[in-house]
Amino acid sequence: MNSGGEALREPWESLRRQREAAGFGMWLFLNSEALLFGALIAAFFATRFYHPQAFEAAGKEAEIVYGTVNTLVLLTSSLTMAVASFATRAELRRVSFWSLGLTLALGLVFLGLKIMEWRSDLEKGMVPGPGFPMEQPGAVLFWGFYWALTPLHALHLIGGLSTVGFLTWQAARGARPLRSPAFEAAGLYWHLIDVVWIFLYPLIYLQGRASS
Amino acid sequence: MSRHSLGEGDPKTLGAILWRTVPVWAALIALALASCALAYVPMGGFNMAASLAIAAAKMVMVGVFFMHLRRPDPLLRLSGGAWLLWISFLLALVFADQATRAPISQPARTEGVTQRPTGPAGMPSF
Repeated sequence: MNSGGEALREPWESLRRQREAAGFGMWLFLNSEALLFGALIAAFFATRFYHPQAFEAAGKEAEIVYGTVNTLVLLTSSLTMAVASFATRAELRRVSFWSLGLTLALGLVFLGLKIMEWRSDLEKGMVPGPGFPMEQPGAVLFWGFYWALTPLHALHLIGGLSTVGFLTWQAARGARPLRSPAFEAAGLYWHLIDVVWIFLYPLIYLQGRASS
Repeated sequence: MSRHSLGEGDPKTLGAILWRTVPVWAALIALALASCALAYVPMGGFNMAASLAIAAAKMVMVGVFFMHLRRPDPLLRLSGGAWLLWISFLLALVFADQATRAPISQPARTEGVTQRPTGPAGMPSF
């Protein structure tokens, strides 16, 4: 069975061209994503520059255990996604479905932990507005960034889960050959979500831990 | 362009795939734990610098090994690196403004806002 033929779509003349186009298109999109998160992170540092002590004090209130465990979960999901990317291309059916399934499961674990973390933050009242518990003027700005960055990242993760879930479902019912370049392109997006988190982790959770 | 530039020589068996990916994952986990541990070591202004340096190293590893930038495909490498140029413009302009703004407009010099120590010639320290 040559699923390469099925994987080829209009208007490409070869699967190789199609693979390059899928990667190129996804990278262009990821460039715009890098600027979206890059601008927010630049704003974070620009604000931190004026309120270094307040940011340190505010960062200490972030739940480092949830943050660290979620970092390990997301890095591991990048491993399973990378395995899926190689396995689908090599048409290793069992390995492909196992690694795609594990990627989805780890993504859901991340979201679940994130929701538990948000609940704990809400219980502590760490929401900018009336009743915010910290006095330093900059602390509320840190938590403003927190509530902008972590839900935006979680939305991207939900996008990644939907994409990988849809492709896996298509492959399971035989509607998409494993050699389809879409798996590799979805993998690129998944890894971007991981890279964004790699930067959010020190910004949010590692701030001010060394100061007494 | 090489005929092998789009991963044609990529691993085809489970063993080879794991051999290609698991060591990268182990290094990423080790770096994540190291950055967590380092955050508790008092290094003054270098705590954030160290954790950002580790984050950058992790990003390069994910980009090169998981996002396939090790493949010698010029189009994908260019598009995979272009964002660095735009981000560098963004950061340069943001921080050039902050570093050179007149003291009177610096909120750090006004009352009621956290004071930060200043370096030589009144320039903000890192």
